Amino acid sequence: SAHGAGGKATATLIDAVFLEGLRNPLLEPLEDAAVFTVDGTRLALTTDSFVVTPLFFPGGDIGDLAVNGTVNDLAVAGARPLHLACAVILEEGMAVDDLRRIVASMARAATDAGVSIVTGDTKVVQRGRADGCYVTTTGIGLVPADVRLGAARARPGDAVLVTGPIGDHGITVLLARGELDISADLSSDTAPLAELTSRLLEAVGAPADGPGVRAMRDATRGGVATILNEVATAAGVGVIVDEDAVPVRPTVRGACELLGLDPLYVACEGRMVVIVAPEVAEAALAALRSHPLGADTAVIGRIADDPPGMVLLNTAFGGTRIVDLLVGDPLPRIC
Amino acid sequence: MDVSGGPAPPGAGPAAPGFRIAPSDPARGGAGPRTRVCADSATCADCLAELADPADRRYRYPFINCTNCGPRFTIIRDVPYDRPATTMAGFRMCARCRAEYDDPADRRFHAQPVCCPDCGPTLRFRPTAAASPTSDEPLERAAGLLRGGGILAVKGLGGYHLAVLAADGSAVATLRRRKHRDAKPFAVMVRDLATAEEMCCLDPTARLLLTGRRRPIVLVERCRCAGRVAEAVAPGTGTLGVMLPYTPLHHLLLGLLPGPIVLTSGNISDEPIVYRDEEALAALSPVADGFLAHDRAIHTRLDDSVARSVRGRETLVRRSRGYAPEPLPLPWDVQRPVLACGAELKNTVCLAAGRRAYLSGHIGDLENHETLRSFVSGIDHLRRLFDIPPELVAHDLHPEYLSTKWALEQDLPVVGVQHHHAHIASCLADNGHPGPVLGVAFDGLGFGPDGTLWGGEFLWADLAGFTRLAHLTPVPMPGGVAAIRAPWRMAAAHLLAAGVADPDRLAVARRNADRWDAVAALARSGAAPSPVGAPLTSSVGRLFDAVAALVGVRDTITYEGQAAIELERIAAPGDYGRYPASPPLPGGSLPPSGAGLLLPGADLIRGVVDDLRERVDPTVIAARFHSTLAGLTIDTCAALRDSLLGGPGAPGRPGLPACPAGTVALSGGVFGNLRLLGEIMDGLVDRGFTVLTHSRVPCNDGGISLGQAMVANARGQQRT
Ligand SMILES: [Fe+3]
Ligand SMILES: [Mg+2]
Ligand SMILES: [Zn+2]
Ligand SMILES: [Zn+2]
Repeated sequence: SAHGAGGKATATLIDAVFLEGLRNPLLEPLEDAAVFTVDGTRLALTTDSFVVTPLFFPGGDIGDLAVNGTVNDLAVAGARPLHLACAVILEEGMAVDDLRRIVASMARAATDAGVSIVTGDTKVVQRGRADGCYVTTTGIGLVPADVRLGAARARPGDAVLVTGPIGDHGITVLLARGELDISADLSSDTAPLAELTSRLLEAVGAPADGPGVRAMRDATRGGVATILNEVATAAGVGVIVDEDAVPVRPTVRGACELLGLDPLYVACEGRMVVIVAPEVAEAALAALRSHPLGADTAVIGRIADDPPGMVLLNTAFGGTRIVDLLVGDPLPRIC
Repeated sequence: MDVSGGPAPPGAGPAAPGFRIAPSDPARGGAGPRTRVCADSATCADCLAELADPADRRYRYPFINCTNCGPRFTIIRDVPYDRPATTMAGFRMCARCRAEYDDPADRRFHAQPVCCPDCGPTLRFRPTAAASPTSDEPLERAAGLLRGGGILAVKGLGGYHLAVLAADGSAVATLRRRKHRDAKPFAVMVRDLATAEEMCCLDPTARLLLTGRRRPIVLVERCRCAGRVAEAVAPGTGTLGVMLPYTPLHHLLLGLLPGPIVLTSGNISDEPIVYRDEEALAALSPVADGFLAHDRAIHTRLDDSVARSVRGRETLVRRSRGYAPEPLPLPWDVQRPVLACGAELKNTVCLAAGRRAYLSGHIGDLENHETLRSFVSGIDHLRRLFDIPPELVAHDLHPEYLSTKWALEQDLPVVGVQHHHAHIASCLADNGHPGPVLGVAFDGLGFGPDGTLWGGEFLWADLAGFTRLAHLTPVPMPGGVAAIRAPWRMAAAHLLAAGVADPDRLAVARRNADRWDAVAALARSGAAPSPVGAPLTSSVGRLFDAVAALVGVRDTITYEGQAAIELERIAAPGDYGRYPASPPLPGGSLPPSGAGLLLPGADLIRGVVDDLRERVDPTVIAARFHSTLAGLTIDTCAALRDSLLGGPGAPGRPGLPACPAGTVALSGGVFGNLRLLGEIMDGLVDRGFTVLTHSRVPCNDGGISLGQAMVANARGQQRT
């Protein structure tokens, strides 16, 4: 269905139902995590549910995906992840071996990310009422006092960075479903980004005033295009991207071409979009590239004052294409 | 000044004595009807005579005009239409021009752009390499550049064009390379009608179109072009777009050249035509070797119109310069003013109120940002010029069209109109027919309410609604948008759907062997409940693509409709019979889902493949494909009329209105194919149908906005 594709339909659903019903100042910015202060300590809190078919795919499975996803939502909020909680919904009849594999991979991912899973819950539903297993993770982290981040902080002139080749995860999972007669040497990019974000923040900071990192977002559902649209809307700025500068692996590009997909809309699970002040763009680039998970970081564009709320792609031919938020599944618009 | 009743029609001469002309009153503002804004008009015979007369003070002056000719819509900034509201505002009339302007007996009485060499715009030439332009012999230098094989950027009425000598194959090739325009045909401008007659076969309608005041590009059969027009100008097509000079500047330039010139919009790839001087310099410097420009600004960007004679009837392919923004009269009332936002490609917008529909010029493909800007500012300009505040906004059903998204952001009631219903409604409005009719909409793609992509539709339609009676059997588009750019993928999908044995032994499979299996797998996945990258389509345009790839005409395209255009071109003239293909038999009732009866595209594919395996010549296969599709269409119309709609003159079945005259409306971009159109028209008339086709608005997506406006209006009236 269209809702859940990560585009405008999802945004509308969130706005209409959840935001209206639950409105409060912490929820309102709809950032990846809520940041608040308790007894003088700044905490970040986030939660995410994971649904993926197949449960196992090259480079990962639903277990490490669920850990990394929540770790990353904390990381891009500027937080050092502390603890995770985990709730699992199992479909009756799921193989115990598969479950063991998933739990083992959750444990490994937690160790890699320097967090522990400290509480949890499991429910079993009848066969046919879940797709094998659903995992929900909730995470809490510590945010340094001097870190101020948010999509609304993007300013004209800022640089737009992406921390590596895009679309690996989405294409890997699509091909792993086995419906298509395509095999590609490709694996998911799922990875914990907390080390990378802390290295970046150590290098250039994210001060309330003055140059630094403005915003970080992990480009999950809806891909980089959706994140950039969120930035454009939240900050009321234009985002100008150079098509040639966007890193895409040849295998991903080839698969996208075959499937008629635009890599800008394909999900990643270990890539961030980083908006950074121009004064520190070089330093930010160097810091990100110094970490293995950011080795292929590229500057893909810049923030402009015009056109507000829009993302534009400068194409290889010298044209300027609008990269819009998708309402639903991408259907051809041309004749 | 405000001339009650609007400006005199061209050729009417000065206003009759006693006709009262009152100074414009800005306070009148939005009250009452305002002066009509005219379309731009080609230089008239009187002005041409003066242009050529050494004794005239405007001898060889490139900006000569009068009440009967010259720039209008493209220079108007605001209403009322007075000189200060045009881009001529900065040019102060000299005493002699002022005297003509003020004299009711003069041909230039109240001609707003009136000017002369003493007071008007100046021509300039600037080689791309030079820092600043020069006014020294600019025409001669521009002509010299062209004669030497260079590419010239020329500022026209609605934007900049790029020009090269049409006979110079290497200059044309350079232009294609620099403009990133691979094969899409270029139009040519010839100096006069006699030259056009020498090159092409013209009928009286084509002659009128070529020489009339609107001066569109006219699509004509090329007969004797060899040596005058390089093959690279319009490769793969049997037609050529020809136009005659429509500004004094064009007349003067062509007079200095040995032959026709290619004249194509000044842009890169599919960006909109550039019209501002600084932008032109920036965008076109990498393409042009020199600029022939002037200091009269263009306010509204406007492409050349494209027209053709279809069996002697003037038929627009693109309605733009020379036509826009003149209203189309309507035989019914539009009670609440409607703004219709058009489609995604070939976008136009339409404002309708009272008994008039105001169509914008061709705006273009909306995914370009510059085009979207034109769309937004064009809407604003239209509503100000005609003082029509819309109360209703009509849009396509495709959720991703930028025109749809824009419509939904407006703070006005909206009406979503199905793409092919809009096509049929535009054909009805074009003919002043309220329906109901049997509408046959054949085109590329349009979003259907069932979530599939339509394009081969038989709709029982009036202006307010439609029933989908029949359509082409849907097939997957492997790779969605990629299947549009690569017709061979549609061949793979159609072969699969037709159950053809050993498809990989066909030439199309061998040519695309590296991806054939993957695409076939993708096509198979299209049958799954949630297709991965293979949406279903009932498009006739995609069927043409499949056949074009099967017979080896073309595996990939670089412009919309290219494969179908080339398939039409190679089709052997004459009757080569049909493949066995039967229309669906309605059996007196619609399928329960209301999904419509299925036209067997598979029959056509199997016929084509059998011929291919018998080594039948592609030109014959193309002819048979056209005839079979036409026959199937005619038979389906007849079957629907005779059984489902109760026969000619019979009352309709329950739920369906009566079909009094057996009228069929043909619309959609596929009907730009004159061979298919002609065969279908003839067959339908033979079966006793009345056939409605397009004339004043294009059958392609350029006509969608008019149809949307008419549907929204009809629905709005139904509700109240
Ligand atoms: Fe269409
Ligand atoms: Mg999240
Ligand atoms: Zn004149
Ligand atoms: Zn003068």
